[in-house]
Amino acid sequence: MKQHPCFHCGDPCGADAVPYDGKDFCCTGCKTVYQILRDHQLDYYYELEAGAGRTPGATEGKYDFLDDPDMAGRLLDFQDDTHQVITLNIPAIHCSSCIWILENLHRLNPGVLSSQVDFPRKEARIHFNPERIGLKTLVQLLAAIGYEPSITLEQYSSAKPRRNRKLIYQLGVAGFAFGNIMFLSFPEYFETGEYWIEQYKGFFRWLMFALSLPVVLYSASGYLTAAYKGLRSRLLNIDVPIALGILVLFMRSTVEIAMDWGSGYFDSLTGLVFFLLLGKYFQQRTYAFLSFERDYRSYFPIAVTRLRPDGAEENVPVYEVAQGDRLLIRSQSLIPADAILQKGQAEIDYSFVTGEARPVHKAPGEKIFAGGKQLQGAIEIEVLKPVSQSYLTELWSDSAFSKNHRSAFRNLTDRIGKRFTLAVLTIAFTAAGVWLGIAPARALDVLTAVLIIACPCAIALAAPFTLGNLLRRFGRKGFYVKDTDALERMAQVDTLIFDKTGTLSTTRENSVSYTGIELTEAEAGALRNLLRASGHPLSQTLYRELAPFRIVPLDHFEEHLGLGLEGEALGQHLKVGSRSFVKGGALDPAQGTEVHVSANDAYKGCFHIHNSYRKGMGPLFDRLRKGYRLALLSGDNPSEQQALENLLPPLTPMYFEQSPMAKLHFVRELQQEGQNVLMVGDGLNDAGALAQSDVGIAISEDAHLFTPACDAILDYRHFAILDRFLAVARKGMGVIRISFALSLLYNLVGLYFAVTGQLQPVIAAILMPLSSISIVVFTTVASNWIARKLE
Amino acid sequence: MGVIYMLLAISLLVALVFFAAFIFSVRNGQFDDAYTPSVRMLFDDELVQDPPEEPSEEPTKQPN
Repeated sequence: MKQHPCFHCGDPCGADAVPYDGKDFCCTGCKTVYQILRDHQLDYYYELEAGAGRTPGATEGKYDFLDDPDMAGRLLDFQDDTHQVITLNIPAIHCSSCIWILENLHRLNPGVLSSQVDFPRKEARIHFNPERIGLKTLVQLLAAIGYEPSITLEQYSSAKPRRNRKLIYQLGVAGFAFGNIMFLSFPEYFETGEYWIEQYKGFFRWLMFALSLPVVLYSASGYLTAAYKGLRSRLLNIDVPIALGILVLFMRSTVEIAMDWGSGYFDSLTGLVFFLLLGKYFQQRTYAFLSFERDYRSYFPIAVTRLRPDGAEENVPVYEVAQGDRLLIRSQSLIPADAILQKGQAEIDYSFVTGEARPVHKAPGEKIFAGGKQLQGAIEIEVLKPVSQSYLTELWSDSAFSKNHRSAFRNLTDRIGKRFTLAVLTIAFTAAGVWLGIAPARALDVLTAVLIIACPCAIALAAPFTLGNLLRRFGRKGFYVKDTDALERMAQVDTLIFDKTGTLSTTRENSVSYTGIELTEAEAGALRNLLRASGHPLSQTLYRELAPFRIVPLDHFEEHLGLGLEGEALGQHLKVGSRSFVKGGALDPAQGTEVHVSANDAYKGCFHIHNSYRKGMGPLFDRLRKGYRLALLSGDNPSEQQALENLLPPLTPMYFEQSPMAKLHFVRELQQEGQNVLMVGDGLNDAGALAQSDVGIAISEDAHLFTPACDAILDYRHFAILDRFLAVARKGMGVIRISFALSLLYNLVGLYFAVTGQLQPVIAAILMPLSSISIVVFTTVASNWIARKLE
Repeated sequence: MGVIYMLLAISLLVALVFFAAFIFSVRNGQFDDAYTPSVRMLFDDELVQDPPEEPSEEPTKQPN
């Protein structure tokens, strides 16, 4: 069969292609988007990038709460009667076509005044006229063209974070002052004693003083406060010698020009601050479109539909849901609280919680837990506990989430900083003491010179540039690390713990095996046609696995929710589904992995659907075993143990049926034994362990969808080279240590000048930027060199 | 020699103009998203007729 790519989304169309306007579409959803765009002369969308679209999802009733002005008001950035502004997070933004179509929304609906996309953040800021288009209609319009915004409880309940632009201002001020002071101090470097310099040097010097004031007071304020905070909590971090150097530089320079002793060191001072801030800026650039702090709130809905006793529906904020409320959960909606199923058949996908994509069936009267997603049909539930007290959300009350135990982590730079500060102070005071004996007048001179030249600018730059560069290289390979501290902790890890479902096993592929009497061609064809008609995930998995067969109309089709399918095609009467449904007998506990088949009331056999493990998992474990302790921690039953033992190195410890809390405590116990633990997980059930571990990595099949709070997000395609990432992180620390040695070398040269009392401003002005720049060059080249193995 | 004062004043003034331009562009949000404009400028001419966004019409009381 020929596989045409869908004109809209680029997916292969398969057997069910929808031809329209001479083009093939994979589904009517894609066709509809094409129709909308074509009707508004927006086909340019398809010229920018072929197959760029996304299939729209069902939204009926989902956004009714946006009609409520109170709830809508909390999402808006700005509102008055004729003008409202909203910033929407749209995860589907991925290419230039997306930017174009979203910035041309006003052509789809004249109520939209203008819109602007921030591509790195995957956000669109939309100005609209509420008299012509309501917020709900706007959101539905976006959803209809495949750009459904994600509106979550998190955005609703927390104030929008202000963009912090302080660093870039500080950098600008420092750069401005640095450049101008450099010009102003140049004449005095070389032409001392000339007539015109004697005439103007006072003016030049005070101009430099004026330019350096904002640098010390504003640009360097971060270092001064950090050093103050460090000292107050009795920590000698790297900021202490930096702040000391800055202050001494400034005071000595001021005294020098006031007393007309010399030109001061304003050039070195501003250059130092400028380079330091440049390093900080380099370090701070992170992945704006990813969120590393998500908890359950970021995927819970804002509002739910409550049923009043008289049967009327009303939309209420999810926080107002109380025990005993009756809620209507629509198809494809999340269950917000622990509840008892009252009406309807529930097919619940707990993949957010457990990583397990196979749905669980529940009948009325059974308990269902928050976090699951109802797949098919509407259900009614009665709430047992408010949202914040459900089984799932209680995990977040553990101390692993409330206090940030990682803030206690002291990075290599700070650990060196302590010894460095002590050494510098010792040298400074010894030298000053010696000079007190030789020439008392010069003792203060030497003391300040040592503090200036020993300012650890290069040391402070080594880590930001090395790790910042590695961060970027990792990001290019689909491994998004939150910050440089997380990368440093990664280099220290000695124990790796893996979750099973969703982490080692993939939900994208399944392997299917069949046991029983072989199906005839007619039976197999009928089976495939029957499965095609069903929206159940198991049916669809099986449908994809079976050999293609021509499509025939079904003579009869009936779906028994939670049980199976029944239908007739090609003269075959088939029953497909759970054992009890097909074979009769007692209801068995829902075994999601078996699909039984009978044809014309004769039992045929059973399809088993297995987890399929990620490619390269076995070899990865073999390589990792050489350097790390490994363990497997699963929330599932041990039915897959045998399969895993065959795949993984012998004697890998495996623990099954671990609750989210048990996972967290497992990690905590290992840490108490002094191990540095890296946890690899995916679902919300790993959230506790990810938060508790020294480094938590979330495996993601789509980084823009949900991942629990973590230190790093790893694209599933690069799972097999996890060991290389860890090795590169370790080597990165080696690069930093070499740069420390290098910058100490510079310091020794400078100290020689300082201790012997011959530190000229020009020497400081050359030595300090030279050491900084050479460290930046060295770390960039070296980190690129060690990261080449990732390619 | 008074010319030195004048030259200095002029050169500082020029530098300050650039500095002010920098501050203005940061405030204006031009440094927040360095990627999207690079794509936007490549869209076909046909579309530039009605530019998608005029930053100046932004209400003044914006939080960011």
